[in-house]
Amino acid sequence: MASAEEASRPFAGLSDVSISEDIPVEGDISVPMSSSRRDDEFSTLDEPVKETILRDLRAVGNKFIHVLYPKRSSALLRDWDLWGPLLLCVTLALLLQGGAADSDDQGGPQFAEVFVIIWFGSIIITLNSKLLGGTISFFQSLCVLGYCIMPLTAAMAVCRIVLVGGTGTVSFAVRLVVVTASFGWSTFASTAFLADSQPPNRKALVVYPVFLFYFVIGWMILTFSPSQ
Amino acid sequence: MASTKDAFEFQAFEEAGNLLEENRDAVTISIEDEGSKPKRAAAYSPGGNEEDPLTSDDRTELLSGQKKSIPFWTFEYYQQFFDIETHHVKERIIGSVRPWPVKNFIHVYLRRNPDLFGPFWICTTLVFAIAISGNISNFLVHLGKPNYKYTPEFRKVTIAATAIFSYAWLVPLALWGTLLWRNNKILSLVSYSFMEIVCVYGYSLAIYIPAVVLWILPYEWLRWCSIVGALCLSGSVLVMTFLPAVRDDHPKVMISILSTIALLNVLLAVGCKAYFFSKPEPAEISTSDQVTSST
Repeated sequence: MASAEEASRPFAGLSDVSISEDIPVEGDISVPMSSSRRDDEFSTLDEPVKETILRDLRAVGNKFIHVLYPKRSSALLRDWDLWGPLLLCVTLALLLQGGAADSDDQGGPQFAEVFVIIWFGSIIITLNSKLLGGTISFFQSLCVLGYCIMPLTAAMAVCRIVLVGGTGTVSFAVRLVVVTASFGWSTFASTAFLADSQPPNRKALVVYPVFLFYFVIGWMILTFSPSQ
Repeated sequence: MASTKDAFEFQAFEEAGNLLEENRDAVTISIEDEGSKPKRAAAYSPGGNEEDPLTSDDRTELLSGQKKSIPFWTFEYYQQFFDIETHHVKERIIGSVRPWPVKNFIHVYLRRNPDLFGPFWICTTLVFAIAISGNISNFLVHLGKPNYKYTPEFRKVTIAATAIFSYAWLVPLALWGTLLWRNNKILSLVSYSFMEIVCVYGYSLAIYIPAVVLWILPYEWLRWCSIVGALCLSGSVLVMTFLPAVRDDHPKVMISILSTIALLNVLLAVGCKAYFFSKPEPAEISTSDQVTSST
């Protein structure tokens, strides 16, 4: 009881303060800044184009670094963008070209097929995680899945370099190791971002489609055979 | 703060009254009997029998859930088919390959909670498994032949997808329509909803995924053994699930429906095997023909 009295002492003076209802509160709400500065902060219309592009490129590069070292950070989720996934998709589709596609109509995947698989697959996985009650938004999930294709694109570039050397068993073994490692890295990176948004008894239900998606992309990369 | 001795001791009501006298401004909570009144009302409403308030709340909630009809163009309508957890999916997959003890898949595993997650992802996995395994088996069969050019055949993915998804959706549709038609003629106690039939068919395809992976090895006896095994397991689960629904019908109708179910299953399995997986023997015959024709 004594401590309660002591606690109430600093506020003892406030019991006398009262604001009667007939005195209007008035004042002047003004931000102590010049108006032109306030405009510059919010509108990016006047800045040079180079700065706009560089800002977006820096954001994309920042997210690439987050995929390289996947920690449970929310940077990828907070400011999502689809530039990175588009760049990676186009790069992967271009690298998968030129693989016996001219001679045979069953050679490699066409450019459009790679696009359809990646984007349609990402949309279906996102729908699946939202139907299972995920808290992540639609475009955030697309952003994460697209950015985590980066290890597989790097593996594709390495495979093409290895294929220049030859198509024997050694090159196949090297390609298999590289693709398997990058597939594991992609799956691990994307689940590090996506798994937190699901209740714990449904995590495996969300992770399995991601596993299947990257497995199919890895399969496309592994079975790429150049035209002779 | 009260001493620990008081926290564990039963406090008599006089002490509370004394505390209230000392500190008139303290916030007090009075728990009245109002909370128990609606519980009592709910317990008496269904049948007038004395039940736990919890089970009667569950029952009223379940009944209201069935009456609530969500329009099919909203997202929530589809969300109710994804209301499952990881162990549910595992149990359903294991139950679809185990026809013993004799049971009804729908009654035992679905329990009025059909899901679309299992059928969709099992079908997708099967499509990719068939395409990839077919590719690998073709590669292995033609390994070492000089004039074979390896091509990853991506067209086959679309063909496999069409075949499997139409089996998983059109056959349940036809079966549901047939059961509905027969139900009009003969009053049967057992009736399945469309989603439940789709669910059974989807989970019954789960056994084919390991079977298809086994087909990579180019041994005919192994392929036929695994086909027959998978057919027996999945076919028996399907037949046992639909037996109660058609049991009250004409014997001829019953046998024709059940045999159609089994026959379509067989057609799918054998068709996939024949189309996607080439046999090793005819290739050897063709090379020996080339050898004899060149000499």
